[in-house]
Amino acid sequence: MSMDNTIADLRFAVDRPALIKRLRAVLPASALLAEDEEMRPYDCDGLTAYRQLPLLVTLPENEAQTQAILRICHELHAPVVPRGAATGLSGGATPHPDGVLVSLARLRNIIRVDPLSRTAVVQPGVRNLAVSEAAAPYGLYYAPDPSSQIACTIGGNVAENSGGVHCLKYGLTVNNVLRVRGLTIAGEIVEFGNAALDAPGYDLLALINGSEGLLAIITEVTVRLTPKPELAQVVIASFDDVRRAGDAVAGIIAAGIIPAGLEMMDRKAVQAVEPYVQAGYDMDAEAILLCESDGTAEEVAEEVGRMTAVLEKSGASAFCVSRSEAERLKFWAGRKAAFPAVGRMTPDYLCMDGTIPRKHLAKMLEAIAALSGKYALRCANVFHAGDGNLHPLIMYDANQPGELERAMAFGAEILELSVRLGGTITGEHGVGIEKIMLMAEQFSIAEISTFHRLKAAFDEHGLLNPGKGVPTLARCREYTLARAGTAPVASSSPRS
Amino acid sequence: MDSWLANCIARVSEAADTGGQLAIRGGSSKRFYAGPEQGEPLELAAWQGIVAYEPTELVVTARAGTALSELSATLAAQGQWLAFEPPHFGPTATVGGMLAAGLSGPRRQAVGAVRDFVLGVKLLNGLGEVLCFGGQVMKNVAGYDVARLMAGSLGTLGVLLEVSLKVLPLPVAEKSLRFAIDEATALQQLNQWGGRPLPISGSAWQDGILTLRLSGAAAAVAAAQRTLAGEPVDDAEAVAFWWSLREQTLPFFAGEAPLWRLSLPSLAPPQALGSTLVEWGGAQRWLRGGDARTIRAAAAKAGGHATLFRADDGLKAAAGVFQPLPQPLARIHHRLKHAFDPHRVFNPGRLYPDL
Repeated sequence: MSMDNTIADLRFAVDRPALIKRLRAVLPASALLAEDEEMRPYDCDGLTAYRQLPLLVTLPENEAQTQAILRICHELHAPVVPRGAATGLSGGATPHPDGVLVSLARLRNIIRVDPLSRTAVVQPGVRNLAVSEAAAPYGLYYAPDPSSQIACTIGGNVAENSGGVHCLKYGLTVNNVLRVRGLTIAGEIVEFGNAALDAPGYDLLALINGSEGLLAIITEVTVRLTPKPELAQVVIASFDDVRRAGDAVAGIIAAGIIPAGLEMMDRKAVQAVEPYVQAGYDMDAEAILLCESDGTAEEVAEEVGRMTAVLEKSGASAFCVSRSEAERLKFWAGRKAAFPAVGRMTPDYLCMDGTIPRKHLAKMLEAIAALSGKYALRCANVFHAGDGNLHPLIMYDANQPGELERAMAFGAEILELSVRLGGTITGEHGVGIEKIMLMAEQFSIAEISTFHRLKAAFDEHGLLNPGKGVPTLARCREYTLARAGTAPVASSSPRS
Repeated sequence: MDSWLANCIARVSEAADTGGQLAIRGGSSKRFYAGPEQGEPLELAAWQGIVAYEPTELVVTARAGTALSELSATLAAQGQWLAFEPPHFGPTATVGGMLAAGLSGPRRQAVGAVRDFVLGVKLLNGLGEVLCFGGQVMKNVAGYDVARLMAGSLGTLGVLLEVSLKVLPLPVAEKSLRFAIDEATALQQLNQWGGRPLPISGSAWQDGILTLRLSGAAAAVAAAQRTLAGEPVDDAEAVAFWWSLREQTLPFFAGEAPLWRLSLPSLAPPQALGSTLVEWGGAQRWLRGGDARTIRAAAAKAGGHATLFRADDGLKAAAGVFQPLPQPLARIHHRLKHAFDPHRVFNPGRLYPDL
């Protein structure tokens, strides 16, 4: 299958037989895949619309093998694409046709959980939820909880700076990672951050978080663990108007409350989720809010009281408070299952990830409703209301000619509007290949050039994950020209 | 374009063309910190004002020359603040200087550092280009996180023009408690408490006394106070104590002896290197005097690093202000500097002598 996307912008003349010979010498047989059939499972990540076989797949078992792979690739000038659990939604782990895919899934040891210093040292292939499970006996957990936490890995979380539903209070991955050990493309061992709270010099740890595998390959991560709150309760409020739900969100913040979680789902999302999960959501509501409080029993009682007062005043048509931990988890299960639930209603869907200042929520939802009509495609909305991160799920059928292209154009318009409203094209899913052209919407040529120079500071020859994250300057100019002509432009055309 | 900014760009371009150097100045309140100032002063104090502030968005955007005191007062009027409690080190401290110095106060261990609250920056690079990174929203992974990279970069990568910060509500209730315990016991105790859901927002051990601050909802503070026991500190005295700790006006910080800042894993044992004040649950330790080589070696051995925080220029030049970087990181630093400021216009030597 041929592709016209930005990965193909950067091609490399790699001597495949020489590469295989060199890699065979340093890797066990099971750690190198070269046949098309065995590489097929690695041809995409969560952005399944884009598939590409890599030149080779490697599955190193430890840091030394990873280092050996990088040294060889560096020497032979072969691109390297790192991959964790491939749950990413932006194509950050889509293979490069001339490159070696390095799966870090076999580096899956939890090296140490230290309850006293509240840290865990884990390999990149450890699943997000496994960290919290290992910490649970000590009353601790790992706070960032992306919806894919059952499957996604810590290495991938760092690469994408993953969020979740508790970010407003507990932060993103970048706020919960103390140290990243990794390898440069040349195979040098580097440590960003340390076991203390800061490190001398530039904050390279901040750069590594969210760098989408373009700066270094991660081999070990020290994460901060958080004491589990004594109690958590979630309030679900129904609204018969999305604007009122938006006002309620602002009202809660204005009351000086930082909820542990604050999520919104619109009618379509609720109607997708409820039959699937039976979370107890109000099927008649135009929008529902999930508002969580955690802390000591006294604190939660006080805060839930204040939250419900605000929700009532904001015109909530109904609300209920979780009465047990099981019920709280059931309420969250609905929200966390929103993507697969929508997936049941449609052959395919695209998940957008723009972030906007919260005050523009109603304007954005109205615009999405209008675009839904314009492109004749259904769209359900789930929204991290606390931090302004919106996930419109655009439903389409790839087997219907033109639907994918319409869905992409619909998504691009949403993200362009996010930028115009003072927001961003991606809050937590990353740019990857999916949104790479839209980077030109958000950043100037001078800013994009800075990103290229910044990458070169780590990876002089541009071998790490080429064609992702930051568009070439030629692509930026192409985008600008196209925008001046016939707006909007899809982020890139997926397949021919 | 604003004439101040146009003039600023012209000065940067001229310096880049002629091999000139610029020393970026906010309020000069932290000039004592880091390497010596070199180059022609570029004053930011006139570039001031709060650009945008909407309390319900939890975001404030201010020009770099805005006085930190003005920003704090504006936030306080809406019941909000910069939760990482940045030290001012003088009434002239600015928002840009706060970010460039990257220093956080007593609440750092509980809520995070400056870098955790930076959402976006507008900066002028060494080519005279005005660039924006990050934004005014909580979640943003478009492009590398250049905004956070500015925290602690000491003006070596560009002139900060505008900063967007996450703000939080002021705590409803606060209570400080004192415990008479030795350093080793205090470290053990702080780490144990840290693993429990207690609203601890500050800790300081010195000379056999541990002072602990609780912040949060009234009910939570009261419950924690009952759990922890400890001798309650008078509220006004407590406010003065935490302010003096943050601003380094406690007697511990007085006098001419060099002041070292050790950033260590919170569990690192007492270092027995001299007169010590422990903060951040054990993760930040202040030290007066001592031999530079011994201190740096001890910090590295414990898994952290040491900064010569306050000293005369002679000692700073001899010992270096910041812990030296291992080779691959030093090379990345030089290349990053080159990416933003290829002609080495800004604050040469402020972070590392050759940067």
